[in-house]
Amino acid sequence: MGMTIAEKIIARAAGKETVKAGDICTVTLDRLMSNDGTTHLTIDMYNNLKHPHIQDVDKLVWIVDHNIPSDSPKTAASQKKMRDFARAHGITFYEGEGVCHQVMMEKHVRPGELIFGADSHTCAYGALGAFGTGVGCTDYLYAMVTGTSWVMVPETLRFNLHGKLREGVYARDLILTIIGRIGANGANYKAMEFSGEGLATLTMSDRISICNLCVEAGAKTALMEVDEVTLDYLQERGREPLAVYTSDEDAVFAQVYDIDLDEIVPIVAKPHFVDNVVPATDCAGTKIDEAFLGSCNNGRLEDLRVGAALIQGRKVHPLVRFLVVPASREIYAAAMKEGLIDIFMEAGAIVMNPNCSVCWGSCQGVIGEGETLISTGTRNFKGRAGHRESFVYLADAATVTASAILGEIATADQLGNMADSAAVTTTASLNEAATADPLA
Amino acid sequence: MGKIFRFHTDVDTDQILASQYLLYPTIEEMKEHTFESLDPEFAHKVQPGDFVVAAENFGCGSSREQAPSVLKALGVRAVLAKSFARIFYRNAINIGLPVIVCRDLYDNVADQDEMELFLEEGIVRTGGKEFACTKLPAQMQRILDQGGLIASLNREED
Repeated sequence: MGMTIAEKIIARAAGKETVKAGDICTVTLDRLMSNDGTTHLTIDMYNNLKHPHIQDVDKLVWIVDHNIPSDSPKTAASQKKMRDFARAHGITFYEGEGVCHQVMMEKHVRPGELIFGADSHTCAYGALGAFGTGVGCTDYLYAMVTGTSWVMVPETLRFNLHGKLREGVYARDLILTIIGRIGANGANYKAMEFSGEGLATLTMSDRISICNLCVEAGAKTALMEVDEVTLDYLQERGREPLAVYTSDEDAVFAQVYDIDLDEIVPIVAKPHFVDNVVPATDCAGTKIDEAFLGSCNNGRLEDLRVGAALIQGRKVHPLVRFLVVPASREIYAAAMKEGLIDIFMEAGAIVMNPNCSVCWGSCQGVIGEGETLISTGTRNFKGRAGHRESFVYLADAATVTASAILGEIATADQLGNMADSAAVTTTASLNEAATADPLA
Repeated sequence: MGKIFRFHTDVDTDQILASQYLLYPTIEEMKEHTFESLDPEFAHKVQPGDFVVAAENFGCGSSREQAPSVLKALGVRAVLAKSFARIFYRNAINIGLPVIVCRDLYDNVADQDEMELFLEEGIVRTGGKEFACTKLPAQMQRILDQGGLIASLNREED
């Protein structure tokens, strides 16, 4: 019987010829990422072990991204613990470099690797054909000490992508559509694999955006086939694949979905669940207090370009704070070079250092009681962005930027005559497409 | 016997413990804020030996291990749900907090009902009725039996 990509990666990591969904395997991890969300607790547990040691320090990557710069003496103390430990043990350590998953993609992840990250969005690494999965700090510590862990081989949901996203529609709309269809636990314990000729039309930024959000359907990991786009991305950064896998023709999938990319429309996920999705036009007119363009999901150069193209020559609405947060230092620098940061600054946006920002509801930008945020972040759970009685709508970069300008949820075409922008399509055509079912 | 604190479907880890408390130095300092967005008084009402009962997909969202850790620190005896999100499930077992799939319990109990858990037999008794629980996978039962993954690691490395 053939194997899926997920099965092949686990088989290699387990030193076995074949594995199948449901098998429990002891695996050797290739890389272990941890951030300031939990590492202080990992260190406390490490210090209480009977025999504390690190199996292979070269596998560890520690990144301060959630609360940087620190916002309180308590945060500063937890981060100092992490920084001091990393220095003492020679752990690869980044601070201020960017959101952990973006930094991992830029600097570390290789196709074929099995990676534990102490962060649920570790599934983003599937964009490079790596099996990334989120774990808690106890699992992380076990892997750090032994270099191994146990995993249950997941079943795979296969998504065959066809066609091409239309102008003004983004990868984020695609994955929100999928999550809305299969539900917040639709992929629980499963891998989501993306293939089909439509995959070739998606940039690496698009792919990260898709894989990153799969955990919002409960997925254990997300995986994409390695192709020219993947290899170009690696080559630019001087890296090579560990192994390149595709699913066998006779691999067993729990379910196969065929998706027509041409039929995807701009989407908004309404409070308080990521699967609570509607066409963005359904939310038009909802007043907002803050807009956020950033995060490991949608803070890349491509997203900043979309936002800048819309806001150039316009102003942020006087009653809105518009936070623009590049996902990494590399992206920030490139955006400055292209003049995008100037455009945002002139429009009245608040441009911040690369960090998780309001996407995770701590650090800068949190919203108050009764306030509404429209966000390119990862989640819209109750209280996710600040006060427990506040509201988060998730949308793509164009909808977020248009909303920041108009002070209420709006799609890009509501900005008026934008014929000169490639990022715009018409409401009529989107409404028409909204009636079609891309997952049928 | 313990009291039931009954929650809905898709309770995410942000609702169990919000982000702004995750970088507090210790679990003890965090636990006061457990379920704050759903019931700000929860940490004061819950007693050691009480139970959390929920519908589908309990613990979805973030991988923050602080979520099961604060429940354990408050003395929650076990979480029983129709289903769990996978990272929360694994984290709970790793720290020695029993998480039990019990399909029929949720629809037959109310908040603040009393219940009794017989962990080894996999049975819950409440309101004169008995409900069967799904067994843990053997791998996870072993970790739980040893008192969590760290206890298991200490033993392996002896």
